[in-house]
Amino acid sequence: MSGSRPPLLEVEDLTVHHGQLRAVSGVSFSLLPGETFAIIGANGAGKSTLLRTIVGLHRASSGRIRLDGKDVTGTPTVARLSQGLALVPEGRRLFPSLTVEENLKVGAHRARPGPFDIARIYQLFPWMVDRRRQRAARLSGGEQQAVAIGRALVSNPRILLLDELSLGLAPVVVQRIYGLLPELLADGVTVLLVEQDVTQAMRVATRVLCLLEGRATLEGTPAELSRAQIEAAYFGLATGDPGTEGAVPS
Amino acid sequence: MTWLNAVIQGVLLGGFYALFACGLSLLFGVMGIINLAHGDFAVIAGYVAVVLVPQTHLPMVFGFLVVVPIFALGGYILQRTLFQAALSRGDPLTILLVTFGLSVITENALLQAFTSNGQSLNIGNLIADSINPSTVISISDISLAVLIIAVVVLGGLQLMLSRTSMGRSIRAVADDREAAELVGINHRHVFGIAAAIALATVALAGLASGMITEFAPTTGTSNLLFAFEAVVIGGIGSLWGTLVGGMVLGIAQQIGAQINPAYQILAGNVVFLAVLAFRSRGLFAVREVA
Repeated sequence: MSGSRPPLLEVEDLTVHHGQLRAVSGVSFSLLPGETFAIIGANGAGKSTLLRTIVGLHRASSGRIRLDGKDVTGTPTVARLSQGLALVPEGRRLFPSLTVEENLKVGAHRARPGPFDIARIYQLFPWMVDRRRQRAARLSGGEQQAVAIGRALVSNPRILLLDELSLGLAPVVVQRIYGLLPELLADGVTVLLVEQDVTQAMRVATRVLCLLEGRATLEGTPAELSRAQIEAAYFGLATGDPGTEGAVPS
Repeated sequence: MTWLNAVIQGVLLGGFYALFACGLSLLFGVMGIINLAHGDFAVIAGYVAVVLVPQTHLPMVFGFLVVVPIFALGGYILQRTLFQAALSRGDPLTILLVTFGLSVITENALLQAFTSNGQSLNIGNLIADSINPSTVISISDISLAVLIIAVVVLGGLQLMLSRTSMGRSIRAVADDREAAELVGINHRHVFGIAAAIALATVALAGLASGMITEFAPTTGTSNLLFAFEAVVIGGIGSLWGTLVGGMVLGIAQQIGAQINPAYQILAGNVVFLAVLAFRSRGLFAVREVA
């Protein structure tokens, strides 16, 4: 990879099975500090499984995951959080019977030292202050997504992993949430996101990786990838060059 | 006046039911465990007191100082080993069968060791002390003490769950285990703590029942029904609900007994069925479905 900085996260030849199904096969990529790295792909391409394996919710069948050069492939989820990997899971997954503030407090329960605390989250999302005593179950989807991001941020992650932020949310709300990313990056948080909405991903990402049926089919910066290339990698269409794996740039 | 006395006795009895049921409610609310051995755990507490307390030269009333810590520790260990192994299999039936098996094993082991004769915990003259505001109303000191302990325990638990960091962790794990892992909560440890609390409370209930009445190896199973009824009447997930549920059940039983001694259990069951029929989520259902 380019650059002199050592990668913050390295995924090397990672394969993950869901029972009999090979959900992720031989995927490698690395993430530099300060990047916004987007993994795109159709439904069932293995994007979520990849993120969940990186935080330890799934076991890798083979391959390595290194955080800051340290192998974390076998480390439990709880320990990966204290090493700086925080996932905002698909579907938000707030604690519905806890209030907004309690959700954030639980998130801060094993916080690393860093710029984010609950007060800072209230600065990012001022509406939360008035509604902090409301149960999370009573929030709208967009509000829940914001709390879910806040809950992950208060642990002061080095890498924030975002799984399908846009799912089930109105485009305006999605825009607003993605609009926060520059502020997070300014605080030194590296972002790894999974997104089905390619346009959205291309807008915010510094680098993009496309998955198709568990395999990496394309990687590059949004500027250097053409629409046709992405469509081919996303849907697995042959573009003159048969065999989708051939499309991966070195 | 005799009716008023029935209500008062019902409230006193209800305190005991609530103390007995709150551990059941906690195990179900947090881990989804339906503990069919809950009543037997209370009986074990009685026998542990019979065997161990005399050796400490403590008066039996203070037996809880010995038994409750043992049960709390035992609860943690039981959860981290047997119960966790059963839960990890992913089939809800497994843990149900495990607790059923524990219940059968416990009863037979106790029969083997202590025969089927009833025993009680001898607290001397304390058992006879009572407050008598009128000729027909008699409030036994020990029953009143159990009621106060029940209120303090349930109130303390509710406060712990709503105010402390461990309480938040317990509720978070009850809501969503995996999401709790993601925020750094080790759910197995939290389950262990919840089981420790549950067993500590059931030990208190077992000692209370041993002091007020008597117990035998097989009394656990019949008491278990009352605990389930108290939890369901109050509404699953609410500890105050369990307290009220215990009292509703206790009052129903005592009023039933006042009409005809044979109706005591029947009246309790009728009220239980009525709640199920007309308010199936209990009187104080709090947990919202997300």
